[in-house]
Amino acid sequence: MANPQLIMYDEEFKQINAVIEKLLREANAKVIFLVDKNGQLITGCGETERFDTTSLASLTAGNIAATGGLAKLIGEKEFSILFHEGEKDNLHISIVAGRVILVVLFDSRSSLGLVRLRVKKASEELATIFGRLMQKSEEKEKSGESEFPFAEITDDDIDNLFS
Amino acid sequence: MSFINYASREINCKIVYYGPGLCGKTTNLQFVYQKTAPEAKGKMISLATETERTLFFDFLPLALGEIRGFKTRFHLYTVPGQVFYDASRKLILKGVDGVVFVADSQEERMDANIESVENLRINLTEQGYDLDKIPYVVQYNKRDLPNIVDVDELRRELNPTNVPDFEACATTGEGVFETLKAIAKLILFDLKKGK
Repeated sequence: MANPQLIMYDEEFKQINAVIEKLLREANAKVIFLVDKNGQLITGCGETERFDTTSLASLTAGNIAATGGLAKLIGEKEFSILFHEGEKDNLHISIVAGRVILVVLFDSRSSLGLVRLRVKKASEELATIFGRLMQKSEEKEKSGESEFPFAEITDDDIDNLFS
Repeated sequence: MSFINYASREINCKIVYYGPGLCGKTTNLQFVYQKTAPEAKGKMISLATETERTLFFDFLPLALGEIRGFKTRFHLYTVPGQVFYDASRKLILKGVDGVVFVADSQEERMDANIESVENLRINLTEQGYDLDKIPYVVQYNKRDLPNIVDVDELRRELNPTNVPDFEACATTGEGVFETLKAIAKLILFDLKKGK
């Protein structure tokens, strides 16, 4: 498959949250999101309740996919950083470890230079964690170890979702 | 591919509605949106032109409930059906867990249906998927119109592999939830099998 399934475990989830919370403070940002390239929100911190995070995740992934398509057309592998400047708020969007999208929303209390600098450092830490995560899921898959919650799923369970 | 989060106990899956232009993909999503309880749905996003033709995609997040203590979310996407938007269609298929093919039952759209199924197969292959292996259902839409093709013939042309198929009228909602339920079921069973 093009992209292996992303599986998140407690330990890595905490580490990832610690990294983006630190980034939020150091970059003076308002909100930070991590989004899977497929459009699924992984986690976020800051003033997340003010935003429709699910829509934001989906549109960010669409945005990255579209600019990725543009990049290929002109012979680039991808555009790893996107920056959208607004009247008050700005979005800094970057690709981490080739598959995760880091979104930083900031206003005039910060600056593009500061955000870029801090994002660079945080990206390296995140890449290490995601690398470990992928390795972990691969190992679990190989050893046949299954904590999968749906192993016992029945028709009735699914019917209940739609009742 | 689906995203399983053990930390927040969530499973997210991506469903894509595919089909020729004006076959009713967006209408399917609109009906699901109208009939879903407010607490179970997010905002529906439509990236469309001024004449309401889908430009990039429609997006509808659904949080239907829990299975075995895991919050189960489905993200519904449509592709732009018009032939020249092929580059966008490819992007939306990235990471798909299941596909609904919406066919237009009208006689004059038969060629467009066939072309669109072929296009779906090609675009999936480019992304590393095989249409015969992923969760896939077919919907014969617009059954309320007068000039429609028999279901038997539609099935022969568009569903040779005999995946679950449904007759529908997306404007009134007939068959819409049956289709969604069928693809959700296939995806969840596929997840179960994969482990």
